[in-house]
Parts: sequence; C-alpha cells; structure tokens
Amino acid sequence: MSTITVPPQAPVVDHEKRRQAVLIIIAGTFLVAVAQMLIKSGANRLGHADLLATAIGILTIPPLFAGYCLYGIFAVMMIYALRHGELSVLFPLISLGFVWVAILSVLIFHEAMSPLKGVGIAIIVCGVATLGRGGRH
Amino acid sequence: MTTPVSSMALVLGGSVIGSVGAVFLKAGAVEIGRHWSTILKNWKLALGGVTYLLSSVLFVKGMSHGELSVLFPMVSLSYICSLVWSRLMFQEVITKSKLYGVGLILVGIVCLGLGSA
Repeated sequence: MSTITVPPQAPVVDHEKRRQAVLIIIAGTFLVAVAQMLIKSGANRLGHADLLATAIGILTIPPLFAGYCLYGIFAVMMIYALRHGELSVLFPLISLGFVWVAILSVLIFHEAMSPLKGVGIAIIVCGVATLGRGGRH
Repeated sequence: MTTPVSSMALVLGGSVIGSVGAVFLKAGAVEIGRHWSTILKNWKLALGGVTYLLSSVLFVKGMSHGELSVLFPMVSLSYICSLVWSRLMFQEVITKSKLYGVGLILVGIVCLGLGSA
C-alpha cells in the first residue's frame, strides 16, 4: 500500500528568461551611458535656464531630446527585465553604467585614462560577471 | 577641494530612494498582464518610476559639487540596499556569488572614483 505524495510546487524559474533579463540590463546600461553623453553635450547649450526654458530645451535641442528618449527606452527595458529576473542580480548590474561612461569619456571627450581608472573598470566588470552567475543556486 | 556634507546627503539619499524605487518597479512589473489597464492602473509602476527619477535628480544635484572620489563610492550604498530589499520583499536568496559580485563592484567603484580625482 503506498500513497502518492505530491511534492510541494516549487516556484517555476525560467532560466532562459533570467539570462535574457541580465543581457537586457547590460545593453540598457550602455544606452544610459550614451544618453548621459548626449545630455552632457546638449546641456552646454542650455546655459543657466530656468525650469520652463529647460523643459523647452529638452524638446528642442536634439542631443538633449535624444538623450532623454534613450532614458525612456531604458525604463521600458528595465521593467521588462525586472518582470523575469531577480532584483538582487539586476539592480547591482546597473553599476556597469560607470564602466561605459568611463570608456566613452575617453573615446569621445578624450579624457585621460588613469591606471587606477582602468583597474576600477576591470574590477567592476569582474563583479558584474560574478553577479551574472549569482542567479544560479 | 572638499566635499560638502549636503552633497554627501544628496547622493546617499538618492541611493536609498533609488533602490526603493526599483522595488516598486519590480512589484509593479510582475503585475503587468495582457490588458493595457494593467499598466495604466499600476500605481506601483508609477511610484517606482517617479521615485527612480527623483533619485537621479538627487544624484545630479549631489555630484555637481564635491569630489567624485568621495561621492562615487556612496552610490554603491544603493546596491547593498537592493540586496536587503530583495531578500525582505521578494524572498530572493542572497548567494555567495551575489555578495562577492557586489563586493567587487564596490571596490571597483572606489578605484574609479579615486582615479577620476
């Protein structure tokens, strides 16, 4: 005589969707870095504008407009990713934005790349790689 | 050049507020269904968006005065907060690799901040 025991329902984890969520955030942080570059270059044209002039500037100065549009796209990407992935993995991944900004600053604004900056970038990338695997128990 | 306490407060405040915003974004995101009303009537999503926006305004204000080598590392408070919130609110497991990952990111940001000075 045996009774069939039904195992308690484990929460369904879609590993493929979780992997996608990580990749979406990584791509998203690059968009944010580009957005910051655009806003930085557009903000020079804004000068000391008041609130209304700033709002009009965002709509009429092309790099500013493009920058804020990219921020909007990132918001949608983040919401999609958070739907399927873990917050404890995805949120710290946003730190990759620092890395993209540092790289783009050197490439576009020809800022100096100090050795310490390079070390920082390498360590953050290691951290992101470690986190990216952190979702698997 | 020294970093004003007000700048530190803005960056630290922005960090905590931003991590809370992400909690609301996730809570709202999982409630999105096939119908448009699940997005339009989603107050968690809206609150998450507003909070996240507020945190970025605080970051920009805070970072405009003071040393990046001091202010940069303070941003990493948000990553530590996010680990705490995800365990408390979503019962996520804090694995060793998550802790190591955030630890490395913290060290990396400190280096980046010092290197930008």
